[in-house]
Amino acid sequence: MNRPMALELKNVSKYFGNLAANKNVNLSVYRGEILAILGENGCGKTTLMNMIAGIYFPDSGTISVDGKEVVIRSPKDAFNHGIGMIHQHFKLVDIFTAAENIVLGVNDGKRYNIKKVNSRVAEIADKYGFHIDPKKKIYEMSVSEKQTVEILKVLYRGADILILDEPSAVLTPQETDRLFDVLRRMREDGKSILIITHKLNEVMSISDRVAVLRKGENINTVETSKTTPAELTEMMVGKKVSLNIERPEPVNVCDRLEVKNLNMVDADGIKVLDNISFTARSGEILGIAGIAGSGQKELLESIAGLCHPITGQIIYHNPKTEKTEDLRDKDPVAIRELGVRLSFVPEDRIGMGLVGNMDIVDNMLLRSYRKGFSMFVDRKKPGDLADKIVKELQVSTPNTHTPVRRLSGGNVQKVLVGREIASAPTVLMAAYPVRGLDINSSYTIYDLLTEQKKNGVAVVFVGEDLDVLVELCDRIVVICAGKVTGILDARNTTKEEIGLLMTKTEGIYDVDGKEAENGEKE
Amino acid sequence: MMLTERRQKTVKKNDKTIREPLFRVVKRDGMPWYKSMLIRLIAVLAALLLCSLLSIFMAKASPLEFIKTLVDGAIGSTHKLWKFAKDTAVLLCISLAITPAFRMRFWNIGAEGQTLIGALASVAIAFYLGGKVSDGLLLVIMLFASVLVGALWGGLPAFFKAKWNTNETLFTLMMNYVATGLVSYCLVCWTPTNGSVLPRLEFGHIPVVIHEYFLIIFIVLIITALIHVYLHYTKQGYEISVVGESENTARYIGINVSKVIIRTMLISGAICGLAGFLIVGALDHSINTETVGGMGFTAIMVSWLAKFNPVIMLGTSAFITFLQLGSSQISSTFNIDSSFPNMVVGIVLFFIIGCEFFIGYRIKLRESDKKGGNKQ
Repeated sequence: MNRPMALELKNVSKYFGNLAANKNVNLSVYRGEILAILGENGCGKTTLMNMIAGIYFPDSGTISVDGKEVVIRSPKDAFNHGIGMIHQHFKLVDIFTAAENIVLGVNDGKRYNIKKVNSRVAEIADKYGFHIDPKKKIYEMSVSEKQTVEILKVLYRGADILILDEPSAVLTPQETDRLFDVLRRMREDGKSILIITHKLNEVMSISDRVAVLRKGENINTVETSKTTPAELTEMMVGKKVSLNIERPEPVNVCDRLEVKNLNMVDADGIKVLDNISFTARSGEILGIAGIAGSGQKELLESIAGLCHPITGQIIYHNPKTEKTEDLRDKDPVAIRELGVRLSFVPEDRIGMGLVGNMDIVDNMLLRSYRKGFSMFVDRKKPGDLADKIVKELQVSTPNTHTPVRRLSGGNVQKVLVGREIASAPTVLMAAYPVRGLDINSSYTIYDLLTEQKKNGVAVVFVGEDLDVLVELCDRIVVICAGKVTGILDARNTTKEEIGLLMTKTEGIYDVDGKEAENGEKE
Repeated sequence: MMLTERRQKTVKKNDKTIREPLFRVVKRDGMPWYKSMLIRLIAVLAALLLCSLLSIFMAKASPLEFIKTLVDGAIGSTHKLWKFAKDTAVLLCISLAITPAFRMRFWNIGAEGQTLIGALASVAIAFYLGGKVSDGLLLVIMLFASVLVGALWGGLPAFFKAKWNTNETLFTLMMNYVATGLVSYCLVCWTPTNGSVLPRLEFGHIPVVIHEYFLIIFIVLIITALIHVYLHYTKQGYEISVVGESENTARYIGINVSKVIIRTMLISGAICGLAGFLIVGALDHSINTETVGGMGFTAIMVSWLAKFNPVIMLGTSAFITFLQLGSSQISSTFNIDSSFPNMVVGIVLFFIIGCEFFIGYRIKLRESDKKGGNKQ
């Protein structure tokens, strides 16, 4: 308690309509401290941080900086108090250099001198151990470099209270480690850091104290060294949760879907799939790991018939007729007419998998409305299916006539996965099925996938959390920049190995000497 | 440390100005339906109050007189009541026509042209075939010609949109001018003096049942029911909703988006054509460039105010017709300029659309008088 208090929140509340996003939250951060804000999705972490950063204005309560009560009405006010936030989605001008982006909007009364800015940026970067070239343009940068620019942007403006919103969500394990080293150096320099995350292992490794939020309220703030992941989860969820994923040995394995030498270019002529080959087998969960945007979306959409690769084959082995079919140039209806029972849980749930403004019944109808020769739609069976899914998967909704956009993320995903499983698929593809879901819902989804695997379905799981991939899958395909860089046995691999493969191709680093150097240092 | 000092300086400089904002907009949800209807009612009353104030200045009429004349002008006698119902029916028919397209998020603002060209087709058939075939057959041919030409006028922009992703708003708007131009051209050809007034056609009149307006009202009511069923209970109606809400979802479940766009616009244009046929066959028996008289655009408001629901459209089309008829009575009784009806409709719509803001949000005023960072 003898350290100086940097930031203190007292009884801060924020309401959206009748919903309390934050209710009487008390929070304090000392100088030279890393405080982790932990909580499930929708518990109000981001709202709370946005109030500190001046994006929202609290409905009640007070915020003090250095012991003095302040009013923060805008991000500019926040900066004047030395508070800077690094958002999850970067706000950078692509065609500007790092330094130009950093100095953008700074009004210090001095003449604009990019040389001085460059050297000042390099100076700050050196101090904390960032690797960055101030003259590099944003569009040439990797995700981790862009994040570095965002952090330097707030440091350049003299922020000494930094808020990071899920900074590791877009990074590989190696990049995350590097970022955490930098954060530790900032702490030594006396900066206060608030970091939002829902990854427990990160909380344990980086923070000094943890504030746990649940349903908008601050449940507790504890010292990291005096707690355990199990205890934190219990505080977060409100009850004991088992954090084990069941992984039965695959039985009756046989080839179901063979992807051979798939190549695809996007509208700009850039290669997005580069000679991809792998086989998905029945009774197995095949994981696909890779940095976001490495071709996962294009790969799954090619298999589902939504976009069409230029060369290669997608061979389906039909278990009933024992015939094989090439699905490459077929559209979704043609694939279905061939008797291929392919289910697809897309990354974009509301916007592709479901229609947000339609109720649960009408969303069930999406897959089945074509059945029969009548010109009228039959809502009876989809209605029954909706009732069944709501009951069996414990979807919390007033009734089946609620528009799905009103449901929480976990419930939306239950509705989508429930519908896709209901058609008794032989192949089930799921892209980031637990993104944005709370712990309980995530484990429900894992269980559903494992259950499908036990039923002999070939499950393809595109994931971002490497810990989960290693625990849940039987085999893992690692892709990087549209290429397969490795196919691993999930039972005998580590997330570090996957992480290296995720960034390891010759092609991408040829033009990027700096990154290759960093890679060698590790 | 230099940075910290600089920071404190800026804080000091801003001490006096930093206060809680004077008011903030706060979102609200879950307003009960009766409360939101009450807000809308208050908005309409406030709008009418403003209109009556205007009429005090412009015509020296008291607000009470204003309201009385308004109601009287719209539904004051049996004859006026029939006219009110007829005008509502025509507006409703065009509104119904654009609704399938709007539910698909295809912004068809060419209903004016599609209706006019439908009317032109009917007049052309009656002009050239009138007296040469039996009246019953003539009506059937007129109907088919109008529906066909209307569908063509609507289908063309849809085809370009589906094939080359052209902008449907501009395309349908431009088609309006083509239709108006064609009508002017035909009028010159058909009138003996190359004038712009076509004498009343003798043939191709829809027979009168019960009342001269009865049949048209009856037909539009049937169309309302059909469109309602089509949009809500058929597979095609369902496809329209999916394409409108999210083209990605439509692709995902294998709907042929281009096909749905073209099919829906053919239907939309066909109903406009039908409206044109009804106007010629049952009401005007003639044509000029003002035959549709902006109803193609008013229909957009009718459809939108009803949130694209055909049944609610019965109410919104009646409401707008009521205002138009009532306020044109005011302008003739008090001798105000004939643009007064447009002003009334504009003011009322402004209030109705504006009040939606207060249904979704509320204004929160500054509560505390405290100043920030100023406790030294």
